[in-house]
Amino acid sequence: MARFVKTGKKTISAISTASLPDIVFIILFFFMAVTTMRETDVLVTVRIPEATEGKILEKKSLASFIFIGEPLENLQGLYGTEPKIQLNDTFKEIADIQDFIAQEREQLNEADRTKMIVVLKIDRDARMGIVTEVKQALRRASALKIMYADTNVEKLTLQQ
Amino acid sequence: MADIAFLLLIFFLSVTSMDTDTGLMRQLPAIPDSNVPQDVNKINDRNILEVKVNKDNLLLVEGSLTDFNQLRQLTFDFIANTEGLPNMPEKEMVNLPYFGDVAVTKAVISLQNDIGTKYGVYIAVQNELIAARSALRNNISREQFGVPYDKLDEDKKGAVDDYYKVPISEAEPKRIGEK
Repeated sequence: MARFVKTGKKTISAISTASLPDIVFIILFFFMAVTTMRETDVLVTVRIPEATEGKILEKKSLASFIFIGEPLENLQGLYGTEPKIQLNDTFKEIADIQDFIAQEREQLNEADRTKMIVVLKIDRDARMGIVTEVKQALRRASALKIMYADTNVEKLTLQQ
Repeated sequence: MADIAFLLLIFFLSVTSMDTDTGLMRQLPAIPDSNVPQDVNKINDRNILEVKVNKDNLLLVEGSLTDFNQLRQLTFDFIANTEGLPNMPEKEMVNLPYFGDVAVTKAVISLQNDIGTKYGVYIAVQNELIAARSALRNNISREQFGVPYDKLDEDKKGAVDDYYKVPISEAEPKRIGEK
């Protein structure tokens, strides 16, 4: 005869975590696919100017970055407040640009060298003097494809 | 297992960035070779739209003070020159793929800045010039192919680019207005 006597306490079984690694791996692979390595720490304040006509940089591997702007606040004691040029992880001078370009070019495939593109990330309050000098240095280094980085907006208003 | 996966996940989250870069693509002119004689063919004055931004970030178009908001329309009208005015750019008959024989404008935009010009203003001005040119390219693309410029394939884009070439030259700045 069947007995309906409960033996022991009824326990709720824990949710199985067997599939957790799979889920986490999926997220991991998602992030690996959609993100790119962050290459440099920016040492200058760069407020990118706004524009409406910007195009998306498609091949990030072909790009080299030049930052121009005021040094960050904690570095201002050392480097002052005048806009400075940052190549890779350090502050450099105009004269160093040629070497920098040569170095960056070296890192690319033979076939891609002509497609190299220099992305200029420049603070909107920087003066054109320094920008022009950088441009001239790039011409001397025959890195002629450049891109002025901007943030895309729908409507442009001019801030004086 | 999950711990290792989490570790990797957090590592990737911290070292990677997701932002895409956008910007205005430009081609710088090569440094002229001093051994090669310079092309002395001057561009006719009527074909050049002279845009200057001075150190006070004021805009001069063809020598007269202009409001920033008018720049796009002004450039648009200059390139289009629908009425064929004698002080606006000439047109030249050229045979283009997809278009056949068409009158193509010879307009050139010359953008000059001062040492003291603010970069943000310079980019804004350049943006307006590019916008005017893009608007014209878009119009002709719609007329000819029925789709906006962005939707065209590379060949057709090339043809449209040739229709409205309009190079924007960034002249070497004059060293005036320095501190």
